Amino acid sequence: MASGAAPYLVVEEVSKAFGTVMALDGVSLTVAAGEFVSFLGPSGCGKTTLLRAIAGLDPANSGRILQAGRDITALAPAARDFGIVFQSYALFPNLTVAENIAYGLRGPAWPKPRRASRVAELVELVGLTEHVRKFPAQLSGGQQQRVALARALANEPGLLLLDEPLSALDAIVRLHLRQEIRTLQQRLGVTTIMVTHDQEEALGVSDRVVVMNHGRIAQIGRPEDIYRRPANPFVAGFVGRSATFIAWVEAAEGLLQAGQDGWRIAADAARGMPRGTRVEVFIRPEDVRLTRPGEGGAGSFPVTVRHWEFLGPVCRLTLAAGPQRQLEADLPPDAAHALGAMPGAALAAEVPPERVLVFAADA
Amino acid sequence: MPETRPDGTVALPAAAQQRVAGDALLLRGGLWITASVLAIGLVLPLATLFVRAFEDRDGGFAGLENFGRYVTTPTLLAAAGNSLWIAAATTAIVVPVAFFYAYALTRSCMPMQALFRTVMLIPVLAPSLLPALALVYLFGNQGMLKGLLLGHSVYGPIGIVMAQCFYCFPHAAIIMAVALATTDARFYEAAEALRAGRGRIFATVTLPGARYGLVSAAVVVFTLVVTDFGIPKVIGGQFPVLATDVYKQVVGLQDFNMGAVVGLVLLLPAIGAYLLDRWAQGKRAATLSGRAVPYAPRPRRQRDLPLLVFCLGVASVLAGLLGVAAWGSVIRFWPYNLSLTLDNYDFARFDAAGWDSLLVSVRMAGLAAILGTVLIFCTAWLLERGTRPGRLGSILRFAATLPLAVPGLVLGLAFILFFNHPANPLGVLYGTLAILVLNSVVHFYTVAHLTAVTAIRQLDPEFEAASASLKVPAWLTCWRVTVPMCLPAILDIAVYLFVNTMTTVSAVIFLYGPDTKPASVAVVHMDEAGQASAAAAMAVAILGVTLSAKLLQLGTARLVERATQRWRRR
Ligand SMILES: Nc1ncnc2c1ncn2[C@@H]1O[C@H](COP(=O)(O)OP(=O)(O)O)[C@@H](O)[C@H]1O
Ligand SMILES: [Mg+2]
Repeated sequence: MASGAAPYLVVEEVSKAFGTVMALDGVSLTVAAGEFVSFLGPSGCGKTTLLRAIAGLDPANSGRILQAGRDITALAPAARDFGIVFQSYALFPNLTVAENIAYGLRGPAWPKPRRASRVAELVELVGLTEHVRKFPAQLSGGQQQRVALARALANEPGLLLLDEPLSALDAIVRLHLRQEIRTLQQRLGVTTIMVTHDQEEALGVSDRVVVMNHGRIAQIGRPEDIYRRPANPFVAGFVGRSATFIAWVEAAEGLLQAGQDGWRIAADAARGMPRGTRVEVFIRPEDVRLTRPGEGGAGSFPVTVRHWEFLGPVCRLTLAAGPQRQLEADLPPDAAHALGAMPGAALAAEVPPERVLVFAADA
Repeated sequence: MPETRPDGTVALPAAAQQRVAGDALLLRGGLWITASVLAIGLVLPLATLFVRAFEDRDGGFAGLENFGRYVTTPTLLAAAGNSLWIAAATTAIVVPVAFFYAYALTRSCMPMQALFRTVMLIPVLAPSLLPALALVYLFGNQGMLKGLLLGHSVYGPIGIVMAQCFYCFPHAAIIMAVALATTDARFYEAAEALRAGRGRIFATVTLPGARYGLVSAAVVVFTLVVTDFGIPKVIGGQFPVLATDVYKQVVGLQDFNMGAVVGLVLLLPAIGAYLLDRWAQGKRAATLSGRAVPYAPRPRRQRDLPLLVFCLGVASVLAGLLGVAAWGSVIRFWPYNLSLTLDNYDFARFDAAGWDSLLVSVRMAGLAAILGTVLIFCTAWLLERGTRPGRLGSILRFAATLPLAVPGLVLGLAFILFFNHPANPLGVLYGTLAILVLNSVVHFYTVAHLTAVTAIRQLDPEFEAASASLKVPAWLTCWRVTVPMCLPAILDIAVYLFVNTMTTVSAVIFLYGPDTKPASVAVVHMDEAGQASAAAAMAVAILGVTLSAKLLQLGTARLVERATQRWRRR
């Protein structure tokens, strides 16, 4: 977010309860004009509820929402300025593609010729020119998605809201469409919020990601920050893959000890923590460097390959580092063959101290 | 189009905000209209009925005196007992027959299923008086088959049960067909994979799967029989039942207080049945998962042939009774002169109103269909989608299901007591077409409401949210999207209201005026006057109208589909 300009959207301490369930619990965030922000979190964490509160479809119980400097908290959806794409798309099945897109273009500001040219412009924009006369049921899922997008953009809203826009599509279409949405968003410069439970999607297209858990915000940050510098164990565990275990700080210079066997690992993040602090450690598979036994550096430790999984571009190895500890390591198949990393093989592993994620564990 | 400010933000015109508030007000106002209709047409009359049961003739408080009189009058108590066992006997006959008939339609490869389905529905279109009149032709004092009854009279329990079986059969069969059709084929595949025999599969999969349907069907039949007035009136002879008792107390003895008491007694089994049925429906819904794989039967001679014979038998009885009534209506003098004539259709000779009563019925049913459909569908939409659920919403939701538990006769009686009350300014409505239409719409409200709700719930729940985000008022989206998509259901509702209003006797018999006597009441009067042939002719005329309406619906269904359901085709 550009620090100087006033944010386009401000959400302040917004809470919402459904009966006894706190779907949103004091959520605050800001979105800059033209920014692409994703709400990411497990199913049921309140992403949709937050999006709908911003839209005014399910108003919040408390808190304040400002858009473009205007307090919109109490406004009906029709009095706000946004376009939305629903998870189900909610296209009107009995109207054609053109009629769906033109649905909100009514009133004296939209005489017929202007409406027609706007629709033509929009179908061109989403690449559906030859399908304008079709009904939604005659389109593929991806095409329906584009109609929904065009419909939401028709009125040139200041804010575009997308609720799991890609979740109903198959993997290849998903990848393609998410890039298309991003390109379109950058071209139009429209401030966009996308809800998703797919971290790859969120990290791939967003300027910033809002990670949510149990109705609260766990972390807000750029995709790289979320991934490399998670603010808490939830984000570390939810975003990306990692092996996790409990350890204790052995020396204030950032040395951790885990288990009875005296297994040690250096971690920059543990520097300054008092000796004896109980910590949760997360290690991502791509951060584990493997070498032949005895060829590793000073911080290396012996591991045994337990399991070998071929994922295409990489192999994922499950490693035993001591009797109870398991790590995972990703490496290209060729490198794995070169190392002789077959189940049962003994290797040496090393993790750069700056890559070990450490969080003080409660109690 | 909102204008863009210099700083790039967008301002909505103030008019847009006012319009939003106006729309919400409009939607809320709609619910209040329905609330007043249901208050005037259901709640207040029933409350009056309730109060009157505790009053004496002069309007003083009588406490439980009327009830005391009721339980100490043996004939009244006997009528209640009669109603119960007649209903139980009919249920015991109809439900198994309906089960196997529906089984043949849904679980076999019997030929001519479409035909059997059509025949099954015909009794719905006829007034309940029609089978009773046909039975009089066959088994009455001059009946051709009188001997078959071995000296017993058809006027009484035998005739009532036979006629009720005809009248209730389609209701039970429809419920059973739905219950049997919505099964999950995977249960059968699993049972077969486990090598269960046919008998075992039937006992462990088919019957349990249909058990809530069986409960629903039994409950519906039982209530229909207890609350039906036309059949015992025509063929009951001196055999007293609850429904005829209400009529006798009110119309014969002018004892409105005792009428109210009997009405309340009649309400008891209906309410019990209503609660039981709701329980069964809830259970049944819970047993169905959204991803059920439909069951497709495979041909098997040993099953299909006996079922075909069975269905032929049932269908010929249904069609036969109708045929006898139709034939009887064109016979000069049953059974001595069987030459054909249309004299019986010259209704003016038998009843002062003549053909006008049929016209009254058509106008009444037409208005009930049009106004009722608009009211019921709009209300269902408002409750489901139009407004935020509030207290008024939950009250209305409940009130909409109540009419199912109120027998027509009780509703009619409640109407007289309420509208004839000297202090009621609405009394001017009494005897007009308006009160008949109001009564009919309320009487048949629940089924129509549930049809509308089911249709609306099948639509994407985000339509209204999508429309709000596009700044289009919800009612406009209802008109442009919801109504066209629900048109088949809307037609169903209209025809349902029309047919039922055409054929009902029980509610309207208390409410018509000198110029507004419906055809179904004319049937009762002509039968009372001993003009059985004319009564049959009028009943057949009613059937002619309802059948035409149904055929019209089927005929237009294709047109409607072409015009509004194009989007369904892929
Ligand atoms: N209309 C509702 N009524 C009751 N509970 C709701 C409703 N909508 C959402 N919830 C609850 O609020 C929580 C958050 O839901 P939601 O925002 O839909 O989650 P998600 O992050 O998957 O989009 C969930 O626990 C859900 O069960
Ligand atoms: Mg969601």
